[in-house]
Amino acid sequence: MTHIETPSRPPLLRRLASGAVRQPTMSIAVLVLVLVVLSAMFAGLIAGTDPLSISPRDRYTAPGAEFLFGSDQYGRDIFARVLHGGQISLAVGVLAASLAAVIGTLAGLLAGSFRIVDAILMRVMDGLMAIPNILLAVAIVSLVGPSLLSIVVAICIPEIPRVARLIRAMVLTLREEPYVFAAISMSIPRWKVVLRHILPGCLAPLAVQFSYMFAAAILTEAVLGFLGVGFPSEIPSWGNVIADGKSAFQRAPWCILFPGLFLSVTVLAVNVLGDSLRDRLDPRLAARRRPS
Amino acid sequence: MIRLIVLRLLAAVPVMLVVATFVFLLLRLSPGDPALVVAGEQATPEQVEQIRRDLGLDRSLPVQYVTWLSQMAQGNFGASTLSGQPVLDLIADRVEPTLVLALVTIVVTVVIAVPLGAIAAWHHDGWRDRMVMTLAVVGFSVPSFVIGYTLMQLLALKANLLPVQGYISPFDDPLQSLKHLVLPAATLAIVFMALISRVTRASTLEILGEDFIRTARAKGGNENRILWKHALPNAAVPVVTVIGLGIASLISGVVVTESVFNIPGLGRLTIDAILGRDYPVVQGLILVFSLTYVFINLLIDITYLIVDPRIRY
Repeated sequence: MTHIETPSRPPLLRRLASGAVRQPTMSIAVLVLVLVVLSAMFAGLIAGTDPLSISPRDRYTAPGAEFLFGSDQYGRDIFARVLHGGQISLAVGVLAASLAAVIGTLAGLLAGSFRIVDAILMRVMDGLMAIPNILLAVAIVSLVGPSLLSIVVAICIPEIPRVARLIRAMVLTLREEPYVFAAISMSIPRWKVVLRHILPGCLAPLAVQFSYMFAAAILTEAVLGFLGVGFPSEIPSWGNVIADGKSAFQRAPWCILFPGLFLSVTVLAVNVLGDSLRDRLDPRLAARRRPS
Repeated sequence: MIRLIVLRLLAAVPVMLVVATFVFLLLRLSPGDPALVVAGEQATPEQVEQIRRDLGLDRSLPVQYVTWLSQMAQGNFGASTLSGQPVLDLIADRVEPTLVLALVTIVVTVVIAVPLGAIAAWHHDGWRDRMVMTLAVVGFSVPSFVIGYTLMQLLALKANLLPVQGYISPFDDPLQSLKHLVLPAATLAIVFMALISRVTRASTLEILGEDFIRTARAKGGNENRILWKHALPNAAVPVVTVIGLGIASLISGVVVTESVFNIPGLGRLTIDAILGRDYPVVQGLILVFSLTYVFINLLIDITYLIVDPRIRY
């Protein structure tokens, strides 16, 4: 084996630093996300108080030294609830987006590869797209009962058709590439061609879609909580902390303000990251419209 | 042409069938006894049995499916388990506020977001572009109920400019009705505008790179005229398509917004029905919403077929 000389790359830290200067918005988004994830992971340490401990004397305390973000109708610490809520909200976002990505990719690969599957599967996907996503999610959760699994499934189902459509379109394009023809002419089995030569080409747009889905999933979880079908109040999530605060928002606007801020900033950071990823990974995608 | 329209109409049938099947399976495949779910926790065993017979749940699944489908196709959506009223009557009673809110939102969105998107594309990478795109991504990221409560807090409670909640029919008192509509419509429009301005920008950007725009410039055409008369109309197809597809997210938004602003429309009916486990109503609403979505998109597609000679499916 001859050793191929590769130009030596600058050290990781310097590369990161120069990247951060070139892409300031993206770096800020990443930084915000890292902070939010860390604050959720170490919620217990940072908050110092129990998000569930009730203190009737301290109902609706304004933000201050004792309660950084104020307290809610039971005198629970909103700061602790928001940090702990981040764990659930982020987990729901990652799980729902991953599940939708896996199932949608599978459906898209099948639809793009087999004509008969395509006809049936894409009609099913069209039907699913026609049902307003919040309605579908709310109906599923209210029938099955709120649990991590049911909420993740309810949020992921409406996202599946979007992934399936995206992957199917990618497969149809990549199928025409010379290297795929070459692979087929070498009588490599169909499934191997799909996995080794077509799937990798789908990963970049999938990554972009994943970030949008992650953002959408966090928002949907919040809407479920807001509408009263999400997690029970003992399991704080950004959605149900806001939902708990909505009845008293005139008297204690901080009950909605702070969880709403965390939620919005996180979703914003994820969306910004998705946009920068899209612009970087595939310039052709930049002109294409973004799925709703 | 007629053939294409008929084909397009036929293509909508399987979509509706999938929606109906999904709604049918949703209740039947959920864990537990569907009759018990519909009847609610306080129901006596006799009531549960009654509901089981009424919904045909005692028969085999395929038989249930065929009966149910034929009932739905005839417009028989059953009766509410809470009030006993026919589902369609309940829905008809609540259509007006939702329709008014949705129409106002769409008009406001199109009037503001389309020019914003076009301006952003025209000044591609300039400060106006960045500003519009920043607003769009923020609009995507803040949940509509947070926007709603913020607007309510600032404009209704603090500044006392507008009524806080409620709905008044424009047929009863147009001025009051408009005042009550400002906040909910603004809440919905902010989210919808984010979507439409992005699409308008992308689509206009694409058209601005076309040869005929260069030709128009070469002929010394007025720059304003080129953007608004030459580019924008040609960029309209994807924009209108997305407005059609966006109806789904608009409906989801309506459900939330009606709940924030206490508007007695279909969205509130949905939430009340879901929280009250009034399954026939939920079922009817999902079908009506999906039907609306399919119908609007069908209408848009057919309009294209007639108006735009470039489109051939």
